Amino acid sequence: MDFSSLNPVALAVSLIVAATPILLAAVGELVVEKSGVLNLGVEGMMIIGAIAGFAVSVDSASPWLGLLAAMLAGAGLALIFGFLTQVLLSNQVATGLALTLFGLGLAALLGQSYTGMKPPSSPRLDIPVLSDLPVLGELLFRHDFMVYGSIALVFGVWYFLNRSRAGLVLRAVGENHDAAHSLGYNVVLIRMGAIAFGGACAGLGGAYLSLIRVPQWSEGMTAGAGWIALAIVVFASWKPWRLILGAYLFGGVTILQLNLQALGIGISAAYLSMTPYLITIIVLVIMSADRRRASMNAPASLGKIFHASH
Amino acid sequence: MNFTKTLAAATALALTLGGTAIAQTKAGFIYVGPVGDLGWSYEHDQGRLAVEEAFGDKVETTYVESVPEGADAARVMTQMALGGADIIFTTSFGYMDQTLEVAAKFPNVRFEHATGYKRSDNVSTYSARFYEGRHVIGLIAGRMTETNTVGYIASFPIPEVVRGINAAYLAAKSVNPDVEFKVIWVYTWFDPGKEADAANALIEQGADVIMQHTDSPAAMTIAEEKGIMAFGQASDMMQFGPNARLSSIIDNWGPYYVARVQAVMDGTWESMDTWDGIAPGMVEIGAFSDRIPADVRAEAQAAADAIAAGTLHPFTGPINKQDGSVWLADGEIADDGTLAGLNFYVEGIEGELPK
Repeated sequence: MDFSSLNPVALAVSLIVAATPILLAAVGELVVEKSGVLNLGVEGMMIIGAIAGFAVSVDSASPWLGLLAAMLAGAGLALIFGFLTQVLLSNQVATGLALTLFGLGLAALLGQSYTGMKPPSSPRLDIPVLSDLPVLGELLFRHDFMVYGSIALVFGVWYFLNRSRAGLVLRAVGENHDAAHSLGYNVVLIRMGAIAFGGACAGLGGAYLSLIRVPQWSEGMTAGAGWIALAIVVFASWKPWRLILGAYLFGGVTILQLNLQALGIGISAAYLSMTPYLITIIVLVIMSADRRRASMNAPASLGKIFHASH
Repeated sequence: MNFTKTLAAATALALTLGGTAIAQTKAGFIYVGPVGDLGWSYEHDQGRLAVEEAFGDKVETTYVESVPEGADAARVMTQMALGGADIIFTTSFGYMDQTLEVAAKFPNVRFEHATGYKRSDNVSTYSARFYEGRHVIGLIAGRMTETNTVGYIASFPIPEVVRGINAAYLAAKSVNPDVEFKVIWVYTWFDPGKEADAANALIEQGADVIMQHTDSPAAMTIAEEKGIMAFGQASDMMQFGPNARLSSIIDNWGPYYVARVQAVMDGTWESMDTWDGIAPGMVEIGAFSDRIPADVRAEAQAAADAIAAGTLHPFTGPINKQDGSVWLADGEIADDGTLAGLNFYVEGIEGELPK
């Protein structure tokens, strides 16, 4: 087998690009779940972000405004979910699913006049000396800015959850909303904030897809990325750093599978495609085998409805 | 997700169909992707619009897009039939069994299944000889590649797709003996992210010309960005790769759809199999890019003309199968039956054809 045409650096670069939208959406969802809310509408928020970011970028010729719009659109859609589940106390699973359907349909409607257009190109990192380094330059210093943004975001979320008082309060709300409530914290408000943050991240992930990875708008273009993001949060057992591992693993298997095929290796593509899901299942099995550990990791109030009069 | 979307669309459809009173011919269309894919489903919808334009008030058309292959498709077809459709076009290979199944329940409704091979009294099949177009763009690819590597993004290992790969490879090989094809199967008709990833993987491995048998223009966008070459698929895709696009294979379903709806109106519709190519215009070759040298353009045009005139067949022997055994002897031409069920690579293509 001739592996010489398989360039590991190029492979790593496309792996990172494939993983970034999932990572962005997953880090947002992690915060939402840490606050005790299960929002299954990630896919819907991503696609709304994809079209909002695309439309605004095309109209304003600025990728930055597009990304901002994507975050606002994602957060806006998430707040609908927040209002329904936190104020009207609707079922989170059903509402989240509805949000995905709504998002996909609305995005298709909004995007009708934007098919076939080209977004403005996004700036890439270009540090005079570092970016020109032979291997490291390509691997580390020549990505689009969003790749660095996503890693910084993971760090920020880790710092917020583990090193700040506000993060501690958010986790408390997610672990036991009644206790947090009795301490005087506004559970609904905190959760609304987390939901909006999650929506903004998902929107950003969607915009990464339509502005940088593909870059083009087409209906239904997220094609399940939101669901993978949801799976990764569980895979990472709600720990921010493991999200990077999970997202790059998913991205890596996708890219590796395509590259191995191009090399003409006779391993069935179906096996490689199912690998990430298989790993998720295995991780879930391992996690739930140890009951104590599982209960330590998953926020205790995840998906439960909070009513102040309880 | 598609399930509920489809259900909602089908309900809306039933309401529309139920509300009309004038005697009209009703034609239903079922698409596998969104009409905005600017590829396969888009061109079928252009065909539907051609029907509307041709018959005006005498026809009423409806469509449901993004219908998954499988049980959902059967439900949408049933809804259309119950809603009074006279003729239903099911436009993806994977609707084959559902089309037959629903057609058996509605003997008075005519069904037209694209790219399939199963027929019954009220089910016709139709397809285009895309491989004729593949031959022409294969010639161009063979001439234009500088790395002697052509990347091919394939959807599912069905005869339709395998024919395209073989036809393009044979044509490229005939003008460039050193050419090599790298094939990636993405197992989807429409997933812009995955198609873009596949294009990137092919480029990383040295491909400087990309062909695709998937429905979105994502690969064209990537080709443009990376400064390599590509061909439009199903639709022209010019706007996605003004520099990258060399030519394209365009599906033109309009004339066929108009003829079939006309046949329903006249009462002359009967089950048949249509497989048209460049000659009647069902397969069109998009304008050649100026980037292609004049002599190559002339060569490609001559091939297209010869195919249209019937003097050239892309599968003319001697051709061996991938394993080296003889498929077609010298001068022998593949018959339609063999082509319709083609399930092997020809000699020279690397890699194993997935089953």
